[in-house]
Amino acid sequence: MYSFWIIFKQAFKTKAMTKSFMITTLVVVASFFLLANLPSIIDSFDGDDSSQQTLQVVDKAGQYTEALQAQLGQQDSTIQLEASALSEEQLRSDVQAGDIDAFLVLEDDNGVTARYIAESATESAQAAELENALQSLQTASVAERLELEETELAQLFAPVEMEREALAESSKSQEELSQARGLVYILIMVIYIAVIYYPNMIAMEVANEKSSRVMEILISSVSPVKHMFAKIAGIGSLGILQMMIFALAGYLAIQSSGSDLTEGVFSVMGFSEVKFSTFFYAILFFLLGYFLYAVLAALLGSLVSRTEDVQQLMLPMMILIIIASFIAFSGISMPEAGYVTVASYIPFFAPLVMFLRVGLLDIPLWEPLLSIAIMLLTIGILGWFGARVYRGGVLMYGSSQSLKDIRRAIKLGNEK
Amino acid sequence: MMTLSIRNATKQFGNFTAVDNISFDVAEGQMHGFLGANGAGKTTTFRMALGLLTPTQGEVLWQGRRISYADSPDIGYLPEERGLYPKMKVQDQLVYLARLRRMDKKQAEQGAKDWLERFEVPHYANKKVEELSKGNQQKIQLIASLLHNPKLLILDEPFSGLDPVNVEMLKKAILDFQKQGATIVFSSHRMDHVEELCDDMSILDKGKLVVHGSIREVKRTFGKQNVRIHSDSDITALGTLPGVEKFTAQRSGGVFRIADEAVGQHLLARALELGPVRQFALEEPSLEEIFIEKVGRAHV
Repeated sequence: MYSFWIIFKQAFKTKAMTKSFMITTLVVVASFFLLANLPSIIDSFDGDDSSQQTLQVVDKAGQYTEALQAQLGQQDSTIQLEASALSEEQLRSDVQAGDIDAFLVLEDDNGVTARYIAESATESAQAAELENALQSLQTASVAERLELEETELAQLFAPVEMEREALAESSKSQEELSQARGLVYILIMVIYIAVIYYPNMIAMEVANEKSSRVMEILISSVSPVKHMFAKIAGIGSLGILQMMIFALAGYLAIQSSGSDLTEGVFSVMGFSEVKFSTFFYAILFFLLGYFLYAVLAALLGSLVSRTEDVQQLMLPMMILIIIASFIAFSGISMPEAGYVTVASYIPFFAPLVMFLRVGLLDIPLWEPLLSIAIMLLTIGILGWFGARVYRGGVLMYGSSQSLKDIRRAIKLGNEK
Repeated sequence: MMTLSIRNATKQFGNFTAVDNISFDVAEGQMHGFLGANGAGKTTTFRMALGLLTPTQGEVLWQGRRISYADSPDIGYLPEERGLYPKMKVQDQLVYLARLRRMDKKQAEQGAKDWLERFEVPHYANKKVEELSKGNQQKIQLIASLLHNPKLLILDEPFSGLDPVNVEMLKKAILDFQKQGATIVFSSHRMDHVEELCDDMSILDKGKLVVHGSIREVKRTFGKQNVRIHSDSDITALGTLPGVEKFTAQRSGGVFRIADEAVGQHLLARALELGPVRQFALEEPSLEEIFIEKVGRAHV
């Protein structure tokens, strides 16, 4: 046990002290603070922009400017109309000279028609707002001409009421679902990045020790299996520490932004309806996913002789994780789909997909438990298998870097 | 007492036999030299001795038991392929590796300091290994193998790539370490190192043990001697006399390899017939000669 702790501490310490680790941590923490304060930062930029925009109008019918202004007011538009004393031609030359950005021409041609003249057609935000207002104006004027009653008018404009109702009692209400969705999305993202990032660290670490040939000294001192698991545990703890730093930073960032978690941007993320179990499952599936992929990464890392070959050998593992993420991210909008259910029991997909299901659906407890049991079993088998490959793999040097080497490594390990 | 005992050890990798039924013992406190061409099976034998590989047949015993990781504190190893963490500081690295062999942290720190001092490189303690020259890395590597005071020290080519001054320094350190009671096995491609340092030796060729025993015994049982004759006259013709196995001409004479001592006297008599002899010597064969004779080719 003594040497286990020494390797554990060493793995933890050397990785934590690397510049890349510190910089990554700092950048992520900084970006949290930036993101949390983004709404106020954007607002501060908007401040200059919100000065009223005045638009010259040539109203040939002479009756629409006021009505349009009123309509714009209803739409919370900042556009201010001003009846122009100038002719259309004069305004055109003003636009070309750059004195004004744009102007509007209103005509009465069996209903209102309008022309929006600007130097370039890109001033579309303003134009779209105007078009919207004109449309309403048109509808109102037609309604007036048809002599509709006010109640009839109200009926005409009544918004459609559509409420979604889920029949299954187990499923969360639509409102709950959309709230949970944001949080689950973020947590899946975190687990996804974590199961790529930390196991990659392990593979690099193992490949480094092999390529620098220090491995032979290490495994003549302690058993390769102990070495492998101590390393996985060490870097895993580092991962937990980093995640905790991120969580704390995220919390502090939101606090510092002074915004209420249930408002604005954050309401989308569903922090208002956070369930403790969601976080609990997130940590659990992060750990399981990490161990599963870390063992696989250590196994693969032990097969290469040069660090340059790590990525190539890691490819199959990366593809597994990417498939898992595809299923999980597509499952966010339809967590009850059959393929999502099936994938949540496949150990390599489960860390992301089963988490998605427990996060979004009210499924019976035995389902996540079964999935966890399958994962634990797989970790056990993979650990046993990985240890044998590792034992042989670390002694194996050569140019080849294919999965066929697993067989060679096991043979070498067995001959031990 | 036999501490390290290799008994009928065979190691096969697939169809390839790396080590073929070798047996030898290394007594406690002895220095054992291990010779062999590249690919002769030296490293495989060492790995079996360390428990990194298990023999296909036979066994390797350490104090009567098979080596396991429980023996880790008693064993030191310097692999042929040097290996250290390139980015770790020398002092940290030495302490880490010693602690993996279950040495106490304080002792390891002090020990590392003392050894660096002894090898005249204390100023490298806080340098990264990759910043050191090859020769200095080798010193660090040797310290790493014996810092934890192992009872059995296995050194695979400890002197390769060193300048003569450093070779002397390391040789002295290894000899001193032996005097403290350690059993040492080392391989070298320099026969003179083996001749100078070792009590016992063995030669491995294509996985087979072709020579084994104390150096004196090996030379005696080789049963051949060298006769060196320096003369003013041309003695090349004597090379064809019966009993002379080999003649190597030199500037003022030559060396004759003979199997029978009587031939030496005969050669001297014949040389005197040709003219005055300036030097006559009966010499033991060098290990180099024994090696070439046994292995059939020059050692690389």
